[in-house]
Amino acid sequence: MIPEFEKFKRFKAKNLPKEELLAPGHRACQGCGEVLALRMAMKALGKNVIVCMATGCMEIITTPYPQTAWKVPWIHIAFENPASVASGIESAMKVLRRKGKISKKHVDILAVGGDGATSDIGLGWISGAFERGHDFTYICLDNEAYMNTGVQRSSCTPYGAMTTTSPPGKKSFGQVTWKKNVPGIAVAHNIPYVATASPAYFLDLMNKVKKAALVKGPAYIHIYSPCPTGWGSAPERSIEFAKLVVETRVFPLYEVIEGRYIMSRKITKPKPVQEYLKGQRRFRHLDEEHIAYIQQRVNADYEKLVRLSEMT
Amino acid sequence: MAKRVGIEVSIALAEAVKLANVDVIPAYPITPQTHIVEHLSEVVANGELDAEFVLVESEHGAMSCCCGSSAAGARTFTSSSAQGLLLMSEILFIPGPMRFPIVMAVVNRALSAPISIWNDHQDIMSQRDIGWIQTFADTGQEAFDLMLHAFRVAEDRRVSLPMIVNIDGFTLSHVVEAVELLSQEEVDQYLPPFKPRYRLDPRKPITMGPVGIPEIYSEAKVAHNEALKASKKVILQGWKEFADLFGRQYNPIETYRSEDAEVLLVTMGSISETAMTAIDTMRDKGQKAGLVKIRLWRPFPGPEFRKAAGKAKILAVVDRCLAPGAICGPVGAELRSLFYKVPGAPKIFNFIAGLGGRDVTVGRFEEMVDKALVFAKKRPKELYEVIGVREK
Repeated sequence: MIPEFEKFKRFKAKNLPKEELLAPGHRACQGCGEVLALRMAMKALGKNVIVCMATGCMEIITTPYPQTAWKVPWIHIAFENPASVASGIESAMKVLRRKGKISKKHVDILAVGGDGATSDIGLGWISGAFERGHDFTYICLDNEAYMNTGVQRSSCTPYGAMTTTSPPGKKSFGQVTWKKNVPGIAVAHNIPYVATASPAYFLDLMNKVKKAALVKGPAYIHIYSPCPTGWGSAPERSIEFAKLVVETRVFPLYEVIEGRYIMSRKITKPKPVQEYLKGQRRFRHLDEEHIAYIQQRVNADYEKLVRLSEMT
Repeated sequence: MAKRVGIEVSIALAEAVKLANVDVIPAYPITPQTHIVEHLSEVVANGELDAEFVLVESEHGAMSCCCGSSAAGARTFTSSSAQGLLLMSEILFIPGPMRFPIVMAVVNRALSAPISIWNDHQDIMSQRDIGWIQTFADTGQEAFDLMLHAFRVAEDRRVSLPMIVNIDGFTLSHVVEAVELLSQEEVDQYLPPFKPRYRLDPRKPITMGPVGIPEIYSEAKVAHNEALKASKKVILQGWKEFADLFGRQYNPIETYRSEDAEVLLVTMGSISETAMTAIDTMRDKGQKAGLVKIRLWRPFPGPEFRKAAGKAKILAVVDRCLAPGAICGPVGAELRSLFYKVPGAPKIFNFIAGLGGRDVTVGRFEEMVDKALVFAKKRPKELYEVIGVREK
């Protein structure tokens, strides 16, 4: 077990930090689940953090010069490399502390990327940083496509989803591949902490972010982030989808602590996937056959996860 | 006290980095740069240098890591060559405007295709406009001295820009030369500790690398360019103080037997040494030839070059890079621009030589001078010629 977790005081509805480190007044779309997740993550982390961000929605909406929504030190270099930038910061602080050039106090380092930055273009960079064992947290804010560039498919786009580069047509039904299992890839690096989270379960999300920061070494959190603009869903329904995705077992919530899988929320009576798919324009072209296939794979993936949690 | 030793130039350069007491070294192996980072990892492993050696997964990761490290306030060094430099390319454009004083040794090598590990300047010329200060070393001593100069200039608060020292792959990097290595006390006298104006620090939060909206982008680019141009003063000052302390004076443009020369060879990097021998040979034959070497490539020292060229009537400019489809090579183009419509400007002919490790001999330099003299009488169809290419 991880010793840092023993001292850990869980967030409850009563003790939520009031301070906003990601200030309001940024330029996110109405109903953006991603900025909501990020705001909660920042509340969980507190002020003593340095944030490295990939190019993407969160980067552009928070820092149109001369404005910034960030009340903590923040850096953006490029799209694929927040894990490498975090590696540089962590290494610098380690040696500067050792040489007595900066305060001995520990500072959390957070790298943030979208699903494109994480599952596609930046995967090698993340793998390098995990393998080297830097003490940092990587959060993937997964809104399931390249939203900043206009809703193109990524390898985290769900099966069947319509995007501008996976359009349904006479010879296509949308995204043809199944969502890449990035948390599984993170686990394969034998890092101490991996988790999934959804902003509908905000206490769970915040506690996971805090644990990730507490753990020594790399930690990875994959956060499902509804995008009304990209998904063609009603902005006021974002939290509802963030809940339905869990209740239908499409996006199970779990932790992997030192290789041991722990289900955060067992879904014993799952709702049919159809309930999650409807109300999102990206799925509306799917016929019964595709939906049945999705249901079958969701069931199989969930069972596999439960088996992993029983085995480990 | 300084000691004069026989040492491989890569190792001498790495010793300079060690003496600079660098904090973070993100490095990835590529020939012919490897001996530098191998030596540095050795001195870190032995405890001779207290630094974080970050074994990154690629050169792109290396430069990204350098940006993070420099932003956090650490003295940061890396080194690369050819394909590696190009893999970094996206990130190379970023530390300039963000004012990160990263220092890099580029061990110049040809670019693929066809793949070649040998020396020319195509790698660095492809990255000409990254907005770093760039110098070229001709000898091992220069590689050692310029490295220390680079840290001092880059980190000076009036500059705060990244800096590259170029050394030729193999022909300079892998040769053993006599180099005077300065002692730690001497280096400390010359190079103050790095004190960044800004760093990522939760006690003083700042936003680094925000979005440049159209209302601000041009101003940001111009500010960077102005800083790069203004750095020349500090570069010169850094060299003057080096000379005052250690007796070796460096200049942005160096000359050799150029005073009364009618025709001047123009070179960059280690081929300058062979060019000097060629000049001696030509002088012995009564030919009024001289040499101008470009040491500071960016910011380009225009006035110094014009002064060095003096009253010469012909410039035979040697490029170690072929710019496909262009009017001439990059150095040739730079000098043509510099002298455009300047009264009494010399005639400029451009020779592309030494691609992918092809030797540039004394004879080749003589050939270039002879050809330039012929071209001055009868203008050639093309403004450049690739020297020493077999036709079949």
